[in-house]
Amino acid sequence: MAEEQVAVARRAGRQLPWARAVFWLYAATLMLPLLWMFGMSIRPNEDILGSFSLIPQRTTLDNYRTFFTDPVWYSSYLNSIIYTSLNAVMSLIVALPAAYAFSRFRFAGDKHLFFWLLTNRMAPPAVFLLPFFQIYQSVGLFDTHLGVAIAHMLFNVPLAVWILEGFMSGIPREIDETAAIDGYSLPRFFLRIFLPMIRSAVGVTAFFCFMFSWVELLIARTITSVDAKPIAATMTRTVSAAGVDWGLLATAGVLTIIPGAIVIWFVRNYVAKGFALGRV
Amino acid sequence: MTEQSVTVAGSPVGGEIVTGAAPQDGTPDSRVSVKPKNNRAWLLVLPVVVSVAFTAVIPLMTVVNFSVQDIFSPDDRIFVGLEWFRSVARDPEIRAAFVRTLLFSAQVLLLEIPLGVALAVAMPRRGVWVSVALVIVALPLLIPWNVVGTIWQIFARADIGLGGWTINNVLGIDFNYTLDSTDAWITVLIMDIWHWTPLVALLAYAGLRSIPDPYFQAAQIDGASAWSTFRHIQLPRLRGVLTIAILLRFMDSFMIYTEPFVVTGGGPGNATSFLSILLSKVAVGQFDLGPAGAFSLLYFLVVQIVSYVFFTVLTRSGR
Repeated sequence: MAEEQVAVARRAGRQLPWARAVFWLYAATLMLPLLWMFGMSIRPNEDILGSFSLIPQRTTLDNYRTFFTDPVWYSSYLNSIIYTSLNAVMSLIVALPAAYAFSRFRFAGDKHLFFWLLTNRMAPPAVFLLPFFQIYQSVGLFDTHLGVAIAHMLFNVPLAVWILEGFMSGIPREIDETAAIDGYSLPRFFLRIFLPMIRSAVGVTAFFCFMFSWVELLIARTITSVDAKPIAATMTRTVSAAGVDWGLLATAGVLTIIPGAIVIWFVRNYVAKGFALGRV
Repeated sequence: MTEQSVTVAGSPVGGEIVTGAAPQDGTPDSRVSVKPKNNRAWLLVLPVVVSVAFTAVIPLMTVVNFSVQDIFSPDDRIFVGLEWFRSVARDPEIRAAFVRTLLFSAQVLLLEIPLGVALAVAMPRRGVWVSVALVIVALPLLIPWNVVGTIWQIFARADIGLGGWTINNVLGIDFNYTLDSTDAWITVLIMDIWHWTPLVALLAYAGLRSIPDPYFQAAQIDGASAWSTFRHIQLPRLRGVLTIAILLRFMDSFMIYTEPFVVTGGGPGNATSFLSILLSKVAVGQFDLGPAGAFSLLYFLVVQIVSYVFFTVLTRSGR
């Protein structure tokens, strides 16, 4: 029986013969601009502008050396990592109990609240620029890591609630009931039993919070000036009078891809489900 | 208990929930039929309400406040009612940007949704290459948006970029996105396809993986072709994920800012000046609080209405 099922599954998974080839062709095309940028990051600027060549003639690590020795560059890189991590932790702490409430209980206005949360994900960030600028200045959060982390909760908290709720609803409620009969209080049940059960969901949600905070520029740039300036803002501001330093720009670009590339490896099996807000 | 929990929580894309049969429309109630009623659950939701109040509601109220006043200085302001809304709605520049953004979103949806589904169908389903494929496909989604802009700014340039150079020197077509409006538009569109088709592909892939094998078995017994298997088995089962994909892609493309800002800065002329780019120019560049406020609210309203219409149409038509 089992063997038969495997055989069926194998047949079911059969694709058109050229499909696989088309896919890898697309994957290669997709990588092309990335590889091109990497190629530029290891070439001296005069080569980039001087002669067009597919393969770098001379390679250098000067751009990377500049990046890691110039405080403007490396400190803004650190700024981005600090506020994205802070945001992921804060969003999770806030969203976990709420997602549990949405997945386990009915309460007055629950559905409206749930959808209203998602509408915040629909708000164009440009809408919030002016008020953020004013409010964060008046409460002393302007140009702080905490400020950016809080501002990014605008879109990450609703997202986290939706993703976590999707995953949590996949866990049968009988587990909660059994624990209650066994004398577990809700907080103790949540921390000791439930949280370990949904740890992959927590990982995926943390990943998405990190990611959306990491890729955002408009808000982060508006409410920072020096101390918490994100790497993305440094990249746009360095296009200066002396022209564009293409090599350094490409280097910064390559380095900003690395954190994402590392974390995605750990959540690769859940990433699709996470993008579907936990409901596939 | 632990044994079971690991399987549930750790099941790959879509094992547990899908066996629950009922199609999901996204409401919390759709999967779990009877939940205990307990208004104390509000206590658990409270932190979210507070955080969203601070990050969304208060700023939005500030915007409403701006939009109905003419502000000369913090102490000198007069109430002007809906005046700003009228002037924004009549502004030819804003109207042009609105049409432009709508056209862009339409093109994005028409190109990315079919392409994403096709990719998902062609993606490897088992073996070691699955992980590699997933990571490669997801990679563009993890790149900061301005870096996506930078990548294409470099790649599409005729002098130093592989893409632009190839079009000019190998294909012999004159291509320059900094001077030609059409070229700029095409560059931004291709960039968006490069950047966001992976999202559609991943969603569709998750949907395809959740289709139970007996469906295919039945199709095979009936001697269905690959196309009709796709058309009558795979595509209908993708309804849920494609709803999310269309919603997300509409919202995000309609709000696009960073990528075109980096590549073209909205130009040449106004060719790629989308609503967000125009809005941030009015708000931060010129600091016109009243018009920016009215503009923001109308913009927000349009995104909400269109999203709601999409959502309703997509979730209703299948029932």
